[in-house]
Amino acid sequence: MLSGGAILEARGIHKHFGHLHVLKGVDLVVAPRELVFIIGPSGSGKSTLLRCCNRLEEPSSGSVVVDGIDLLDRRTDINAARRRIGMVFQSFNLYPHMTALGNVSLALRRVLGRSREEAEEIAHAALRRVGLDEKANAYPLELSGGQQQRVAIARAIALEPRVMLFDEPTSALDPELVGGVLKVMRELRESGMTMVVVSHEMGFARAAADRVLFMDHGLVVEEGPPAQIFGEPRAERLRGFLRDLDRH
Amino acid sequence: MDEFVATFFNLEVVRAASPILLQGLWVTVQLIVVAVPLGLLGGVILALLSTIRSRWVRWPLIAWVDFFRAFPPLVLLMFLYAGLPFAGIELGAFGAVAIGFFLNTSSYYGEIFRAGIESIPRGQMEAARSTGLTAVQAMTWVILPQAVRNVLPDLVSNTLEVVKLTSIASVVALPELLYQARQAQSVTYNPSPIVAAAVIYFLLLWPAVRLLSRLEHRAVARR
Ligand SMILES: Nc1ncnc2c1ncn2[C@@H]1O[C@H](COP(=O)(O)OP(=O)(O)OP(=O)(O)O)[C@@H](O)[C@H]1O
Ligand SMILES: [Mg+2]
Repeated sequence: MLSGGAILEARGIHKHFGHLHVLKGVDLVVAPRELVFIIGPSGSGKSTLLRCCNRLEEPSSGSVVVDGIDLLDRRTDINAARRRIGMVFQSFNLYPHMTALGNVSLALRRVLGRSREEAEEIAHAALRRVGLDEKANAYPLELSGGQQQRVAIARAIALEPRVMLFDEPTSALDPELVGGVLKVMRELRESGMTMVVVSHEMGFARAAADRVLFMDHGLVVEEGPPAQIFGEPRAERLRGFLRDLDRH
Repeated sequence: MDEFVATFFNLEVVRAASPILLQGLWVTVQLIVVAVPLGLLGGVILALLSTIRSRWVRWPLIAWVDFFRAFPPLVLLMFLYAGLPFAGIELGAFGAVAIGFFLNTSSYYGEIFRAGIESIPRGQMEAARSTGLTAVQAMTWVILPQAVRNVLPDLVSNTLEVVKLTSIASVVALPELLYQARQAQSVTYNPSPIVAAAVIYFLLLWPAVRLLSRLEHRAVARR
């Protein structure tokens, strides 16, 4: 993979929280249309790494370049850069005082400066893509967890990001609702979206990922195609991690 | 009984006093219309400042808010009206009242807004920022609307207190409702104008009290 053509290129990322050294020099380079999966035990730094990629978290050192924009350069307009990076959170984080349509149109209007009509048209299209246009006027509390997460995905894709970051998008869902969200993610991938996914859905990783990164204690311990990571894991810690998953 | 009515509910006296009572009511309404929006605006600004982590903002802000919450409003008003002229600063009655109310009520409103902002989960701000909204836009469209809704009963309750507090403007001879009622009383040697003023205050505040109690019921029901 040529890093010159990468959409997301994070290199040598370190992150300290006080005395805690959470990321210890991580590289994450993602090519266009690639789906990179990140797995690893709790506390290994997966969320922190994702959050460094849109600067919700300020890396202590390293570089992050997205779509040719240096995110850590002081002169970079971080807000203009962020709309090229969609993010989906474990807890959905929909705005509870707005309808699904309002949630999706807010940034279209305030960041991209679209008129209300334009924004709502785009928002309806995004909601159709996640199969929820008929819920456009529902408030988050009136939606199931799975529907809320799909609205959150619509909110991100409406801005036409170049890359999407998913932080455990299905971990807060009842098992019967996971499938609907994964289906939307699979369609997104088929449409050519570049994606970085932190998740414990190993079945999805096997089926959809191009590459899997295993993180532990703030480092990428092993990476490779899913067949290799799941079929012939080399690192002892990765083997232990996969064994523990099977047991559950 | 007749004597009681003639003393406290003397309609003739009230009728005679009604023009100046209405003038007083008009000044009271002007006070409310100035003090409440100014207090709300100052409160929002103080609350927004309180989200800045830097200690160069934080400590002065805490000192400011604490100071004006601990300062008895009547004393503050006397100081602004009767004390500052010794330093050559003449605010006049309305100016002193407006500034005194601003300093006092914005500190209270500020604490209410701050509690509201702090009640919103961090993920809301993060989601908004992740879509490219600036911090100010995220505050305006995502955080503040939810924060206000969460503390609406406290805001209404504080506004009731502010309206009641406008009566202290009478001590600096601002001719608001209570001041005019006392003038009328001293001219007629009859307390009915005071009773009339009490009735007017009640009519002014009662809708807000009803609203508050409905909001509080709703807040309990939501839990
Ligand atoms: N804002 C913060 N302040 C202090 N410590 C933090 C902060 N955010 C994360 N950490 C710590 O950094 C470490 C890595 O956290 P992170 O959330 O990135 O892990 P994770 O791999 O996503 O774990 P999980 O699977 O539980 O989500 C943890 O020890 C966590 O306690
Ligand atoms: Mg995490």
